[in-house]
Amino acid sequence: MERTEQSRIRNFCIIAHIDHGKSTLADRIIEKTGLLTEREMQAQVLDNMELERERGITIKSQAVRTVYRAKDGEEYILNLIDTPGHVDFNYEVSRSLAACDGAVLVVDAAQGIEAQTLANVYLALDHDLDVFPVINKIDLPSAQPQRVKDEIEDVIGLEAQDAPMISAKNGIGIEEVLEQIVHKIPAPSGDPDAPLSALIFDSLYDSYKGVIVFCRLMDGRVRKGSVIRMMATGAQAEVVETGYFGAGQFIPCEELSAGMVGYLTASIKNVRDTMVGDTVTEADRPCAEPLPGYKEVTSMVYCGVYPADGAKYPDLRDALEKLQLNDASLRYEPETSIALGFGFRCGFLGLLHLEIVQERLEREYNLDLVTTAPSVIYRVHKTDGEMIELTNPSNLPDPTQIEYMEEPVVNAEIMVTKDFVGPIMELCQERRGRYVSMEYMEETRALLRYELPLNEIIYDFFDALKSRSRGYASFDYEVKGYERSEMVKLDILINKEEVDALSFIVHKDGAYERGRKMCEKLKEEIPRHLFEIPIQAAVGGKVIARETVKAMRKDVLAKCYGGDITRKKKLLEKQKEGKKRMRQIGNVEIPQKAFMSVLKLDDK
Amino acid sequence: MINKKRSLSVYIHIPFCVRKCLYCDFLSFPAGEELRERYLRALCGEMVSQSVFYKDSKVRTVFLGGGTPSLLSGEQISRILACLRAHYDLAADAEITMEMNPGTLTRENLSCWRDAGVNRVSLGLQSADNRELSALGRIHTWETFLRSYDLCRRLGFANINVDLMSALPGQGLRSWEKTLRLVTDLEPEHISAYSLMIEEGTPFYERYGDGQKGKDGFLPLPDEETEFAMYRLTREFLESKGYRRYEISNYARPGKECAHNSTYWTRGEYAGFGLGAASMIGNARWVNLRDMDAYMSAPPDRKKTQFHRLTVKEQMEETMFLGLRMIQGVSGAAFREAYGVSVETVYGDALRKHIADGLLEYDGDVRLTDAGIDVSNYVLADFLL
Repeated sequence: MERTEQSRIRNFCIIAHIDHGKSTLADRIIEKTGLLTEREMQAQVLDNMELERERGITIKSQAVRTVYRAKDGEEYILNLIDTPGHVDFNYEVSRSLAACDGAVLVVDAAQGIEAQTLANVYLALDHDLDVFPVINKIDLPSAQPQRVKDEIEDVIGLEAQDAPMISAKNGIGIEEVLEQIVHKIPAPSGDPDAPLSALIFDSLYDSYKGVIVFCRLMDGRVRKGSVIRMMATGAQAEVVETGYFGAGQFIPCEELSAGMVGYLTASIKNVRDTMVGDTVTEADRPCAEPLPGYKEVTSMVYCGVYPADGAKYPDLRDALEKLQLNDASLRYEPETSIALGFGFRCGFLGLLHLEIVQERLEREYNLDLVTTAPSVIYRVHKTDGEMIELTNPSNLPDPTQIEYMEEPVVNAEIMVTKDFVGPIMELCQERRGRYVSMEYMEETRALLRYELPLNEIIYDFFDALKSRSRGYASFDYEVKGYERSEMVKLDILINKEEVDALSFIVHKDGAYERGRKMCEKLKEEIPRHLFEIPIQAAVGGKVIARETVKAMRKDVLAKCYGGDITRKKKLLEKQKEGKKRMRQIGNVEIPQKAFMSVLKLDDK
Repeated sequence: MINKKRSLSVYIHIPFCVRKCLYCDFLSFPAGEELRERYLRALCGEMVSQSVFYKDSKVRTVFLGGGTPSLLSGEQISRILACLRAHYDLAADAEITMEMNPGTLTRENLSCWRDAGVNRVSLGLQSADNRELSALGRIHTWETFLRSYDLCRRLGFANINVDLMSALPGQGLRSWEKTLRLVTDLEPEHISAYSLMIEEGTPFYERYGDGQKGKDGFLPLPDEETEFAMYRLTREFLESKGYRRYEISNYARPGKECAHNSTYWTRGEYAGFGLGAASMIGNARWVNLRDMDAYMSAPPDRKKTQFHRLTVKEQMEETMFLGLRMIQGVSGAAFREAYGVSVETVYGDALRKHIADGLLEYDGDVRLTDAGIDVSNYVLADFLL
């Protein structure tokens, strides 16, 4: 293969607030550059996980290489690296950005700048990317492109008057975007003869090839036979194949060199050897130092994940191991629960990440799961001076041994139209938020800053925000640090027995409310037994709320018409199936879904 | 040759009604005379074509169900039964039940049906309270029922069942008691007493489904306490009047138990003819086509679907969950004879669990206790293997 000159490579990504049209623009670029025939073109080529398509969001980073003949007559190789669009995936976003030289900022012509627009732009600028804006959805009746341009200049400080005016959906203005990519995004400038240094921005596991490492070469070159080393994990391997990304397929090539984006395989079997953010170098000629920015991802939210069928524990372990390969931010370690048996305490970037992992485990690995209420990491300072980081509420030491506790707090930015400022402030107040500031971005929209305890936003804050602003609020946050707080452990007793998997940590002022709601919810979920079942919420042994599941007195199916017994049998089968999905706690059978229903208590 | 013949029950489905009741999810709909005639031809064609399979069977019971079979004329019912007689060995003393809807009966038709061999009448009353009847979307009143009942008696029908329903919208314990009293005063031989079920796909489901107590403007369903009280009262009241409960929802004067329904619970063989009718023969089950056009256009011997041969496991399950509906329970000896293994061996866990809770008793035969009957679904689910 002829060597590609760096001057004709552009490595870029597209950044946007969710729903502003990032994936659609990516599709149009791929289509326009002729990578796919129309028959191959499906909506949202880059989002190729089933789940991503369904949710319309990008979870995994993806990359694709296309060739564009520009108006100057030259052919350019455009490497588009797609980035996840959710606040939970900030680290993955940052690694994808680090693999780029520039970014296309997509802003919705009707909605203007949103919270994630800002967060993503700042992240891109932090990585020294050249960013240029694109105004999308200009064909919407509500589009106000000039206003949005002014807003971009005023709020972000990016030159926006010559921003391409496009409709990605209808293929308007795509050519102009491509031209600006060529002219506004710098070509890479690495030294192909220097020692290899390549940034891992993603990886995925293939059962034949082993780990497929997605990387951006900063310096040097790599080809089949090169012996490489991962600088952070120390793993070493011989390269089996190098190549670049077609749309949805891997195209082998002889060599990758400085400035290029591509993949390599090296029969790496251990998923933990290729961490996103790590630097690949040559074993016998390593680069002087690793690329900056690698960090062990920190989980923000923890919860217990258990197989519904205890016998599937090894399957769950294998599935988690495989998932972790594609998802460097997933953490897990074994734990046991009296109620749920053997399982794992898993760490996630946020609640969306948790939901996605759970759904992938269920769909892709065909597992039935029970998850416990998510918890943040609390710092428990004991009277003996020891500090423990608590990820599982059941492990909270006895209150007499606790000097004080700390909980994580975030700086939250909420962008909202002025009509909803009141309701949103009220929401933040309810969630123990501390008001920091409010500024008007323009006449009708305000940027609210609050400090919020993380445990108040991991459950359903985002849903509440959307419903109280009729969908108009956008939200972003970053962790500020730990603060001392009066936390208590809320225990749930079912038929007088404490159910460890239902315990959780809550601020003492919210304990009663939470306990009451949990009891109500559990009352709905636990089927009647032959006896009455008290459900109690208790703090420090003191019952603060109670509900009762009444005894079953009648469960009779009368009709069985004309000898057609199939429906009757189906009903009994359903009942039996229901029993199978129960967890026995003492002499009470609790449906699996009861453990999860307590996650969503605020159905306002 | 006097070989003992196998006993067969025959179910014949008449899918027509004046109009759909609001809670009804049976296969039935209004239809004009022309469709009824065409249907009868298809039905008789089916019966004739299937008769070759039943040459060694004797028909002990026949049940004409619906829908509303009494929408058919005297002549039409006679034709069906004549067809049956011509091609099947119908026992001289066979129980021949026909479902009838109050308000659809004439002296002329009734005598004709009687002469054709119908010897058991099942009248769908549901309630003696006109307000409750109207809330159900029934086409008749209590007074209409009285006239129909009286007519049946006068024409000599000596075996009458009355269908009743409790837990109806707007119904209270008093009115249910009144229904029971008025009906038992008439002294029918048999009473079926069900609780109203809210079935998906019915207008009632819109109003009462998913635990709704009745949308605005509709009579509310009785609360749980009341419903349970009604259920309890049913048995107490009927037993005090000399009716014996022989199946979860069925009560009869001694000797007047419905032989046809017992066939279902004891897994006797039955052949179903007509739209969507179910059959069980030789440990295989099937159901006829449920779509009218499909049923009518299929050749007479091609109307069966969902043919399924029961595994031994399924047979055992059925023996238990159907048989336990009968108050007499399931015979341990018969179980062992049928399957070569004892009922304790197969169902030890379920038996122990429910005997300990006082829901089952076992003395060689297995049967539900009074407490077990109340929560029978809960118990029966454990007899699925």
